Amino acid sequence: MTRFVARRLTQAAAVVLAAYTLTFAAFNVLPADPVRIMMGPENGVDKARVAALRAEYGLDRPAVERYLDGLLGALRGDLGTSFQTGRNVGATIAEAAPRTLALAGGALLVALPLGFLIAWSAAYTRQLWLRRLLGALPGLSLSVPTFWLGLVLLQAFSFGLPLFPARGEDGLAGLVLPAVTLAVPSSAFVAQVLLERLTAEMRQPYVDTARAKGASRARAVTAHALRNAAMPALTMIALLVGWLVSGSVVVETVFARNGLGRLIESAVTTRDLPMLQGLVVVATAVVTLLTLVVDVAYPLVDPRLRERAA
Amino acid sequence: MRFARRLGAVPSAIVLLAAVAAAFAPALFSSADPLRGDLTKRLLPPGDGHLLGTDELGRDVLSRVVHGSAPSLQAAVIAVGIAVVVGSAIGLVAGNARGRLDDLVMRAVEVLLAVPSFLLVLVVVAVLGPGTREVAVAVGVSAAAVFSRIMRAEVIRVRGSGYVEAAAVCGTGRPTVLLTHVLPNAAGPLAALATLELGNAVLTVAAVSFLGFGAPPPTPEWGSLIAAGRPFLASAWWLTTVPGLVIVTVVLAVNHLGHVLRTRSERR
Repeated sequence: MTRFVARRLTQAAAVVLAAYTLTFAAFNVLPADPVRIMMGPENGVDKARVAALRAEYGLDRPAVERYLDGLLGALRGDLGTSFQTGRNVGATIAEAAPRTLALAGGALLVALPLGFLIAWSAAYTRQLWLRRLLGALPGLSLSVPTFWLGLVLLQAFSFGLPLFPARGEDGLAGLVLPAVTLAVPSSAFVAQVLLERLTAEMRQPYVDTARAKGASRARAVTAHALRNAAMPALTMIALLVGWLVSGSVVVETVFARNGLGRLIESAVTTRDLPMLQGLVVVATAVVTLLTLVVDVAYPLVDPRLRERAA
Repeated sequence: MRFARRLGAVPSAIVLLAAVAAAFAPALFSSADPLRGDLTKRLLPPGDGHLLGTDELGRDVLSRVVHGSAPSLQAAVIAVGIAVVVGSAIGLVAGNARGRLDDLVMRAVEVLLAVPSFLLVLVVVAVLGPGTREVAVAVGVSAAAVFSRIMRAEVIRVRGSGYVEAAAVCGTGRPTVLLTHVLPNAAGPLAALATLELGNAVLTVAAVSFLGFGAPPPTPEWGSLIAAGRPFLASAWWLTTVPGLVIVTVVLAVNHLGHVLRTRSERR
């Protein structure tokens, strides 16, 4: 078990290192050039200004040296300095993270029960039309652009009925609309994965056995099929979190919340490469770490795997 | 529901055909100029003269949405094209090579999959700069990893089959076997995935364009149209609602077709 964890940890570290290297390469290796990227393709190249910028950000040093320096810094927890604000990248990310965590947490609080409910009801009902309807629901909500959904909710519940503030900055009331916006596609994602597993489990003989021994249909779904279906669905958690990071970019922009998503958006707009690189590394590390935790916890939750591992 | 199933893919195909027709011949749907507005007719609600109203510069919304079809769909189609070609080439090589090269390539693919996809798109946009074609490349590159996985799995599945062995025994060269025997057999699942990915690409392209990284202002793109309507959310609902509904309809149609394709390729 310890060896398994150690190996997975090494792999996770390698993935994060590779993500760091890939972004560095994307920003620095030919034909990409950080100064050219920062100035934008639309601006004419003023040689003196380029040289000044190069010297200012230390970009006149060779790429290999900058890569190793950056890497050593990152290992010590220093992700560098933002081109745009001159502040420490790590500190800026740490400052914005709680707002995105609150948003993602709020979204999950709505999405998980909703996704479970949809999948459970679709598996439970014997009405074909209802099952089809519930089965079609996730696909339907995944076809709606998240940013547009946010605007529609703003229109309805902030401008139409003045229930919630239009700017989702602080407080619980401001969190409701952004969290619901992010929750709709997330719940669809959860429901889709769970329903697929649940449908497969419901065809298994043990469900018939449970029913034959007198378990109600509700009990057969909840206590028997769902228990088996929920486990494989667990592995989707890391994907879901990656999805929440992606979704937070547009949701935070629509609701003007200063979180990680907003930071990503402004780093792209201002071509703040150290900031963007830091965000990629942090996001990848979080997703990879979650995958690792699920992988390690999986045999602990599922006795069948435990036996196989032993 | 049963009625809808009997109709099958027909309504979705009609929606998609209409969107494609709008991209190639926008004049079929609207004769108004999408770029020139009449300042005396600013922010008119949907009604006579302007079926879907006008925007803050007096431009016809219907015309702008119809003309927005070309850049929006073009970007999505190019993106999926890049993803399919690059992804399946990688998958084909990795699945065929086995051993160390396979390991190396699939590890790299794993890294790409570990980065949240929209973040990856934005990183490429930051490197390439804004623009319809740049966005298409960004979305395509970030979607390629999924295709390489599917392709590799298909290659490995088909590789063990009798006809591939037979072809190899007959002395057919490996590249020929790959192109004439393996590739056609992997086409079904790839086509289904490509169609589903097209819906995603339309959404991602719209989101990037909404953030302001698409084509520069006068060009109407579905995403940027919605962004332009944001300040008028409380007063002129049609500016955001119309392009939003268009995106939803097109994506639903594409996804439905993809679903039909997938069910068929699974049944085979």
